Amino acid sequence: MTTITQPDDAAISGMGAAARARTTRRVRGLSDRTIAWLFVAPTIALLLAINIFPLVWMIRLSFTSLNLSMSYLPLRFVGLDNFTDILGDEDVWLRLQTTAQFVISSVALQVIIGFGLALLINRQFRGHSFWTTIILLPMMLSPAVVGNFWTLLLQPQIGPFNYLISLFTGVPPSSFSMTGQVALAPWTIVLVDTWMWAPYVMLICLAGLRSIPDYIYEAAEVDRASAWRQFWSITLPMTVPFLMLAVLFRAIENFKMFDMVNLLTSGGPGSTTELVSITLKRAAFEKWRTGYSSALAIILFVTVFGAANIYVKALNKVKQR
Amino acid sequence: MRRLNWLRSTAASAVLAAAALGGLGGGEAAAQGKQLTLCWAAWDPANALVELGKDFTKQSGIEMKYEFVPWTSYADRFLNELNSHGKLCDLIIGDSQWIGGAAENKWYVKLNDFFAKEKISMDDFVPATVVGYSQWPKGSPNYWALPAMADAVGWTYRKDWFSRPEIQSAFKAKYGRDLAPPKTYDELKQVAEFFQGREIDGKKVYGAYIFTERGSEGITMGVTNVLYNYGFSYDNPKKPYQMQGVVNSADAAKGLEFYKELYKCCTAPGMTNAYMQEGLDAFKSGQVAMQMNWFAFFPGLYKDPNVGGDKIGFFVNPAGPNGHFTQLGGQGISVVATSERKDDALTYIKWFAQPAVQQKWWQLGGYSALKAVVDAPDFPKSAAFAPQFLESMGIVKDFWAEPSYAQLLLDMQKRVHDYVVADKGTSQQALDLLVKDWTKVFKEQGKQVASQ
Repeated sequence: MTTITQPDDAAISGMGAAARARTTRRVRGLSDRTIAWLFVAPTIALLLAINIFPLVWMIRLSFTSLNLSMSYLPLRFVGLDNFTDILGDEDVWLRLQTTAQFVISSVALQVIIGFGLALLINRQFRGHSFWTTIILLPMMLSPAVVGNFWTLLLQPQIGPFNYLISLFTGVPPSSFSMTGQVALAPWTIVLVDTWMWAPYVMLICLAGLRSIPDYIYEAAEVDRASAWRQFWSITLPMTVPFLMLAVLFRAIENFKMFDMVNLLTSGGPGSTTELVSITLKRAAFEKWRTGYSSALAIILFVTVFGAANIYVKALNKVKQR
Repeated sequence: MRRLNWLRSTAASAVLAAAALGGLGGGEAAAQGKQLTLCWAAWDPANALVELGKDFTKQSGIEMKYEFVPWTSYADRFLNELNSHGKLCDLIIGDSQWIGGAAENKWYVKLNDFFAKEKISMDDFVPATVVGYSQWPKGSPNYWALPAMADAVGWTYRKDWFSRPEIQSAFKAKYGRDLAPPKTYDELKQVAEFFQGREIDGKKVYGAYIFTERGSEGITMGVTNVLYNYGFSYDNPKKPYQMQGVVNSADAAKGLEFYKELYKCCTAPGMTNAYMQEGLDAFKSGQVAMQMNWFAFFPGLYKDPNVGGDKIGFFVNPAGPNGHFTQLGGQGISVVATSERKDDALTYIKWFAQPAVQQKWWQLGGYSALKAVVDAPDFPKSAAFAPQFLESMGIVKDFWAEPSYAQLLLDMQKRVHDYVVADKGTSQQALDLLVKDWTKVFKEQGKQVASQ
């Protein structure tokens, strides 16, 4: 049997504060602060190694002319040239515009559809759990699988999507290409992203709907408020913080969207669906313009970080109301 | 004393244990033998190379391991590997355009001394392949690869459709000439228009399949076949890197317009992002009358039970109003500078350069660049596509092989796809923008770019 001996309280209380502290240190061997640092140190070291160091290194590279496909050329410090090049490049602005259009359209659709699905699923009905699982399936798939799967579905000659459209509109199925036509391709990537991620918004909204206490609705019933009035005065205002959270998550994710779009359209036709993440990947890992792409990555990081911060402040204000 | 004995016995046990471990390691190494990793693209000729490599293992005792990557990620994957000085590949069959970067960055071992020692002469290989796959700087006697897989863009057509009397008479009635494999691009467009939307054996078929892929190199490797023949050049031969008026000449713009017309009039729906595999699928499924593709795939197509044999024919890239060229494909084999098995890798190259091995390489489905094989009197009869291959190798032109080739290629992909597939701007504007892009790249590289 192990016996743990504690220092005698009376003896300790008789000591001075300094002596007490010395005793504690002697007992434990290390101070609380040191032990705390020991516990946190591995995490901090890991963070420094895999997050902070690459970030600092990238900031350093963004001021250089480094191109990895021509690493034999001397490395030159180019000051802000990479940043001015990017900000003065019409193509980069067009890519940012394409990205903004994609983010706004897809997030708006996902919020509308996700919220609608959450309202439906929130009602208790037979097969409720089964349908919830079915709805959640797309978001469980890998974006690579989704990209390839939809490429087949949208194939103009053999893909069932065109046949479905043909069935309702009478337009011959092989007369249009969802991924190959300038007018359709931007909407196609929005459609596929919405199919995949509307269930995620639904989940967040569902959490919001379930957090509304029943007594509020009961009070509204007593006041003879209509279902429509209950929706506008109770359901929507109380779910807004959750909706805003969903918008934040989806907007950040979609701003850096790469895999699914790259598989579906490779940024084409032409550059119609070339999101800024595809431009960044091409600059960094196909053109090997390391200095330039580091600068672009920093600009994107600052943009997302700034926008997210403003948004979070707005979200907090809504919560406080 | 007892303590001393204990120490002695412990030390002896440790030595024995170490010896045993060392022995085990040595035994394992002996059992495993030597091994080389060869990196290339995953396609038909790679399977032929695996078959051929069995002979090398039999003769040298060196096991061959292969790292084959699909074409769409081939450049990304292996350039990343070379850039990061990785040790995955001992031997690499790298694309022709990589040679400049690989030489300047010292990714490949320079082979001049080895060739001299082993009496391997570059004069024994087809000149276009030596310039295209091996030399850097171009035209200088500095060799970084052995020509391994000769290739160029060629065309296949449905010989069985072309020979049907009702189709022949309908064609003659419409165009006043016999239906035959086209020799010029104007003829090709006529034939493609003729077949477009036609019903054959109860199935709607399309005129032609051409490259339109956006992500890697597809549309560039397709459009250059037309551009060269309309008068496009990469730069002024008298003033290197002078592109203004050469890349974007009025003739070149007409060539680009032609490619777009061909794409709009005569391709199957949905071919907006299609490269080699999509072409093979379209041809094998009996969807198209003519297909642009690399010669490398023709042995496989000829063997196809549905569209091969008597049903398939081959023709050389048609001529244009200002010339007759075709796009060079193919690769050379190089020793990776960071390999720890360079000597074994050189042994492989020495073996591969032998005429008997090259002959077998051609028989198995690879394309030899050795003159002894391709200039042999019976070569044209050795395969249905051999004469067209020989002719094509005499008229090839290649894309830039500069160290900055990837930037140059991606710029062209963007400008051409924007115009041809996405209907953005005019052909002249597309080529003007291309000159602007390329000028910027070369200036960044420190080259003097003359404007006129």
